[in-house]
This record gives sequence, C-alpha cells and structure tokens, in this order.
Amino acid sequence: MTEASELAASYELVVIGGGPAGLAAATLAAQAGVQTVLFDENPGIGGQIYRGITSTPVRDRAVLGDDYWAGGALADEARTSGALIVNGATVWTLDPTLTVGVSIAGKARLIQAKRVIVATGSLERPFPIPGWTLPGVMTAGAAQTALKAQGLVPAGRTVMAGSGPLLWLLAAQLIRAGAKIEALLDTTPRLNWLRALPFTPDFMISPLWSKGLKLLREVKAKMLVIPVGSVEAVGSDKLSEVVFDGRRVPADLLLLHQGVVPNVNLAIAAGAEHRWNSRQLCFEPVLDRDFNSSVPGIAVAGDGAGIAGGPAAAERGRIAAIAAVRALKPSASVPDPQTARNALQREESGRAFLDVAYRPADAFRRPTGETIACRCEEVTAKQVRDNADLGCEGPNQMKAFLRCGMGPCQGRLCGLTITELIADQRHTTPAEVGYYRLRPPVKPITLAELASLPISEAERKAVER
Amino acid sequence: MFKRLDDAGTTMTLTVDGTPIRARSGDTVAVAMLAAGIDHCRTTPVNDVPRAPYCLMGVCFDCLVTIDGVGSRQGCLVPVREGMKVETQLGKREAGR
Repeated sequence: MTEASELAASYELVVIGGGPAGLAAATLAAQAGVQTVLFDENPGIGGQIYRGITSTPVRDRAVLGDDYWAGGALADEARTSGALIVNGATVWTLDPTLTVGVSIAGKARLIQAKRVIVATGSLERPFPIPGWTLPGVMTAGAAQTALKAQGLVPAGRTVMAGSGPLLWLLAAQLIRAGAKIEALLDTTPRLNWLRALPFTPDFMISPLWSKGLKLLREVKAKMLVIPVGSVEAVGSDKLSEVVFDGRRVPADLLLLHQGVVPNVNLAIAAGAEHRWNSRQLCFEPVLDRDFNSSVPGIAVAGDGAGIAGGPAAAERGRIAAIAAVRALKPSASVPDPQTARNALQREESGRAFLDVAYRPADAFRRPTGETIACRCEEVTAKQVRDNADLGCEGPNQMKAFLRCGMGPCQGRLCGLTITELIADQRHTTPAEVGYYRLRPPVKPITLAELASLPISEAERKAVER
Repeated sequence: MFKRLDDAGTTMTLTVDGTPIRARSGDTVAVAMLAAGIDHCRTTPVNDVPRAPYCLMGVCFDCLVTIDGVGSRQGCLVPVREGMKVETQLGKREAGR
C-alpha cells in the first residue's frame, strides 16, 4: 500500500480512476517513459466494469462471462507498466493549474501535475420512483459489485426493474450464479424500438448485436419478464412489496437500473465545459478528438466522456495518453493513435441504437408528488416543481431554496432529476436549465485530512507571530 | 438480502454497534454488513428514516457509518480489518453528540 507521505510532490501525468480508461492510459504513458501516477478510490483496480478483477472470489468464469475476464489483461499490463498505482486514494480537487488534491488513509497531499487524464467513469442514472430510498432497494450495479468483488448473490425474494443492457447482463450473471429472481420488470417504453429502427444497420454490424441477442434469450428462458409502465417500492422501515401497474408482489430486494451517465463531478469542478447530450439524456464534457477538455492539460477519457462502454473506454484512454505523451515527451515513441481510433469507432458504432432503444421513459426520470428527488436532503419532486413554478430558474437557485444537491453525494444522485424537473415545469430544455455548479472538494474530507497537508516554512510564518 | 456464493476466504470479526459480526477479507464494511443481514446503516438527518447501501460504488453516500470513531465514512469504500469498530449513524441525534 502506498502512503500519502511516499508520493512525489509532482508527476508528469496524473490519471484519476482505475477503470479501463485509466488503466489503459496509465499503461501507455508509463511504457512511453512518462512519470505516471494513477489514483483510484476503491480498494482494487478495475473500476466498475472490471470490479475486483485482481481479487474476485468468483471462481466459475462462466458466471461473470468473458467480457469481464478480458479486464485481467488490462490490469496486468498496468501493474507491470511502471506506473505507480495507488488504491484507496480519493481525489477531492483538481483545478486549472493542474493541482490534484488526494487523500490516502486520512492523510491529504496536493500534487502538481503536468497533464491530467480524468477517468472517473460513469454512475447509474437516478431512478426516482416512490420508495427508492427504502432499505432493500439498491441499484443493479450495486448487486453486480457485490457479486464481482465479494461473491455475494441476492437471497430472499428479489425483483429487478428497469431498462438497459446492464440490467440484462446482471440478470444473466445472477441466473448463472444460482440466484432466484422473482421477476424482471421491463420499463423500456415499447415505442422505443420503432424509434431505434433507423439505427439498426449500424447496430447489426457492431459487436454488441450478437452479444445482446444471446443475453436476452438466456434471461427470457429462465426469468419471468414483465413489461411495466409503473414501479413503486413499498414498506415502512424497509422494502416489503413492489407494486407495478396495479399488481403487488412481496419482495425483500428490489434492484433498479435505467442506464448509466457520466460521473461529471470532478471534471465540472475542474472547470471543464460540459454540454447536454439529448440522445443520452445527460451532461458530458466538451472534448476534442484527443479527449482534451476546455481546460488546457486536462483530458477526460472513458465513459466520463460520454457513455460508450468498457472496451471503448480503454481505447479512449489510449488516445488521450498518446496525446499526453506527445505533449510531455515529443521524442518518445508512441503507438499510432489511428489504431485506437479505428477500434473506438467499431465499439461506438452500435451505441446510437442502444441509446434510443433503451431511452428511459419520462415518467421514470421526471417524478411527481412526494417521490424523493434528492436522497441526501430528502427533497420531494413536488417541492422542486413548486419552486420552479414560483420562478426558480435553475439548479443552483434551487439549492438555495431547498438544499437539494447540498448533501454528501453532492448532486450525483439528483443532479439530472433536478435539471429535468425544472425543464419540465418551465417548458424548456435541460440544455437551457444547465447543471449544478460544482466546486471542490468533490468528496467530503475531514478537517484533520486538510490539516495533514505539508506546509512550507514561509506558509507557517505567514500565520504565526 | 444477500448470501455468499461459497465459504472461501479468511474470516475476521468486527463489531457493529458492539455486536460481533463475521466478515471475509476482501469485504468492504458495507458489504460485510449486508452479508451479516444488517438491514440499515444509518438514519437520515432530515426525516430520521433508515437507509441502507444503495450504489456500493462510492457515489450515493447512503452507507455512511462511523468507523473506529471517525464519522461519515463511506462503508462501501473501506476494506474490513480484524477488530474494526463500526457504529451506525443516527441522523438527527448526530448534531448534538
């Protein structure tokens, strides 16, 4: 384990996030002779898609599938690349001067970088339904994390609900692991398939097509799949029932999922310009073809640059790293980025179909009434809508009115909901409404951690008499 | 809510509100609590209602617990250690403690 005190004061390249983009970027840069450090806040590398890749207790390789185990090569390459990989390292600030604030085991350091690649990936889109804050309601990604990293499978009466490729993948993995799932409630609007038709040719030549069909067949053969228009979690202190379209089923665990969206907090706080993506219904950074953001020296690679999946994330990491190496060490030899660009294009070719086919229904993104919109501060959809009616025009003003987005998650679980609710109520677009203004620290840190920052003699004298 | 696929791995003991629970090396605090059948890890500051881990990937902050005396730690990011003392957080009361 690397400790904070063992870190250098500066690195040529700082990579933030140890998923496919971060691992591929750090590997390529370190192999080209660039002094590289990779910070990741989880106990092990792999990010979410390859979670627990170096340590998973799941021995039967068929359970998680070949696409998961493909992450092993990325992890091995990164570990032997010469890059310093630091897990349990939480990055809480990044600014336009390329100063990176990081905390490791309660000790903080400010590191100076010459280039930064933000590879903070994605998170699951908020799924604000009645009762989604009850114990017993989790994201599908959470169940997948517990399976990959700790070998846990759902027990008791389990219901899955939502839409999107990851939900089907998890369903298949859980079936293979021997879990019993009562039902999969499919919230995908049926009209989506018609809207997605124009994108079918590209999807059919992408690697996703045959994989997707196989997955759907595997799950539908072994699980009850019910198309639904509404889902509610019911219970007093914990989940006891799932209600859908007027039907009720007793349940101990409800797993929700309706796609993933970029985890934008660090990139926005660093000052990188972001814009609304109307096909993926989320904010994403504005980037050039080398994934450089609007802040000089900061690139954003992986799903944080817009959702495209794990293999695409690795290619984006490589492209960003080649650009970083060329800027830092023009004489170093790097691979031809065209190879990565071609691979990326293949991976991205089927994405438009998936985005349209699995576009979550308005009703599941724009809640009403007493449904919680902001989990941390327990702000309801009605409160947000009422304040929008009163003249509150944007998410930052809404914070001042209601405290939404001001809890510990810093808007990660409500940001998109608040933006969409304001847009809905004021008959405008999310692009017009905008997103929360995010500032460092992007993860809560203690005063003790701040106080652990080394100070120079001059800094000490400036405040001591 | 959850069970383990098999019984492999080194076990260790930590306490949650003084009660010992068994965990495996490789568990995070949040997962160890889920595997032990503990159905919530905190109550909320506003409405004083129970919460359990929601995302297990460090973004939702619903798994906040006190670990070895330090409050508001994200249980899903902290690996378990032998003898660790975990306390559930009581939302409304916390401010006056």
